[in-house]
Amino acid sequence: MIKVKNLSKKFDDFTAVDDISFTVKKGEVLGFLGPNGAGKSTTMKMITGFLNPSSGTVVVCDNDVVKKPIEVKKRIGYLPEGAPAYDDMTVVGFLRFIASVRGFNGVEKENRINNAVEKSNLQDVLYKTIETLSKGFKRRVGIAQAILHDPAVLILDEPTDGLDPNQKHEVRKLIKEMAKDKAIIISTHILEEVDAICDRAIVIADGALQFDGTPRELESKSIYFNSVRLSLDGYPSLNVEKLICKIEDVDSVELVFSEEEKTTYQIFSVNGKSISRAVNELANNEGWVVDELVVEKGRLDDVFRRMTKHPVSLPDESLEVSA
Amino acid sequence: MQNILTIYRRELSSYFATPVAYVFIVIFLMLSGIFTFYLGGLFERGQADLQPFFSYLPWLYLFLVPAISMGMWAEERKSGSIELLMTLPVSVTQAVAGKFLAAWLFIGIALFLTFPLWITINYLGDPDNAVVFSGYIGAFLMAGAYLAIGSCVSAITRNQVIAFVISIVVCFGFILSGFPMVLDFFTGWAPQVLINAISSMSFLTHFNSITKGVVDLRDIIYFVSFIGCWLFANIILVEMKKSD
Repeated sequence: MIKVKNLSKKFDDFTAVDDISFTVKKGEVLGFLGPNGAGKSTTMKMITGFLNPSSGTVVVCDNDVVKKPIEVKKRIGYLPEGAPAYDDMTVVGFLRFIASVRGFNGVEKENRINNAVEKSNLQDVLYKTIETLSKGFKRRVGIAQAILHDPAVLILDEPTDGLDPNQKHEVRKLIKEMAKDKAIIISTHILEEVDAICDRAIVIADGALQFDGTPRELESKSIYFNSVRLSLDGYPSLNVEKLICKIEDVDSVELVFSEEEKTTYQIFSVNGKSISRAVNELANNEGWVVDELVVEKGRLDDVFRRMTKHPVSLPDESLEVSA
Repeated sequence: MQNILTIYRRELSSYFATPVAYVFIVIFLMLSGIFTFYLGGLFERGQADLQPFFSYLPWLYLFLVPAISMGMWAEERKSGSIELLMTLPVSVTQAVAGKFLAAWLFIGIALFLTFPLWITINYLGDPDNAVVFSGYIGAFLMAGAYLAIGSCVSAITRNQVIAFVISIVVCFGFILSGFPMVLDFFTGWAPQVLINAISSMSFLTHFNSITKGVVDLRDIIYFVSFIGCWLFANIILVEMKKSD
């Protein structure tokens, strides 16, 4: 439903988005990951027709966003970064305005509004002006506005930013419910969110695509992927480390901590191969008293840092250019 | 058309959702009363007409209309709501038109509320009401011209104070362009055609003839095309600057 091809955006001599291509199919939830200023929001702004691309194309539901912007905008529900709204309006007034612009009137308009209000849990604040609302409610007003016309494509820029854990859970549930018959793109800093709701993840850094795959594949890029955390009774011993290192596919062993006759090692495998069985066997054969043996899934924050950190340190200001 | 109406309704109701509308109307009525009765000497003149009111109106507009127009686009950009508006299925032209119509009608309401002046002169004497009526038409058209400038200027900046000040300066230029102080600057070296062109751009030349009861089609065309040109520039500016 969304086809992005060789998309680039240049502001004067600064390249915010550099030759990004990807597609999102119906039923798919795509997560945008990347540090601040990486180009996530700029990419979203180009998909929604707010910014014109410097080069490349965006096609949403078979409509090119530059040639037929209104057709594209009709099919997209968009929550811009920071969920801007008309602050002096009441929630219900604002949603009525959105419904009118979306072409609804009469009974259907009221039904659409009620439906959106219910899904985003806004019943209690309907008649309050938006400027008096908390950050979490404002975000939910933005979400209600985006889903009101039941769009085929949903683009949410940091939908859970500023929400408390319960509200985050609600929003994720809502996104999951809607995912079946929509193409959804969300951007987020929260890596657990990618795991929780996304079918696919894209990592953007410095405007360029660094990774495109499933969250599982992303995890497997972590050096922690399939590593084993082993806690043994007893003091640290070089002998133990040596024996572990002899196991096939073990890359290295790291002493994590030791206290009170208990020692924990982190055992890294070569290329994420499974080593838990071999470690277990070794422990049995040697008669070690195993306190804990955990296979790690891989840490997204570790992958994220390695993918998005600058290889050479640049002056600070270049990192702070906002997208 | 539906979209223009939707935006127009939202804008108009947002004036009344905040104190802006009430403050504006009260100040407008107060100042127009002062200008008409004290500075204009409505009673002392001994004539039953609204000339004192209309002759001060361009100066009253000079400060009050930019106060309305300064937020039209600057506010949208500052709060980021422009991103919402421009990603709804609405064209820039529709958005500009809707906002302009709302502000224009709002000033129309303020203008309408000066009707006690009309009642006063009808009570005191026997005015030519056709002249008064054409004066109001002219006043409304001129308000549109001020607004079109203000709306366009508001699109270049996200700072409302800057929009306010620049709008005043530009409007001031269009008031003065018929005055000798501007024209003298050009006489002597510029061709007569240019001088005539500059002087014919003045609000006052066109407004004054309408308030005297002479509704010339050329004056109406002047105001309408003036509004059209500035709104066209407004559309281009919004398109260019929306994401800055």
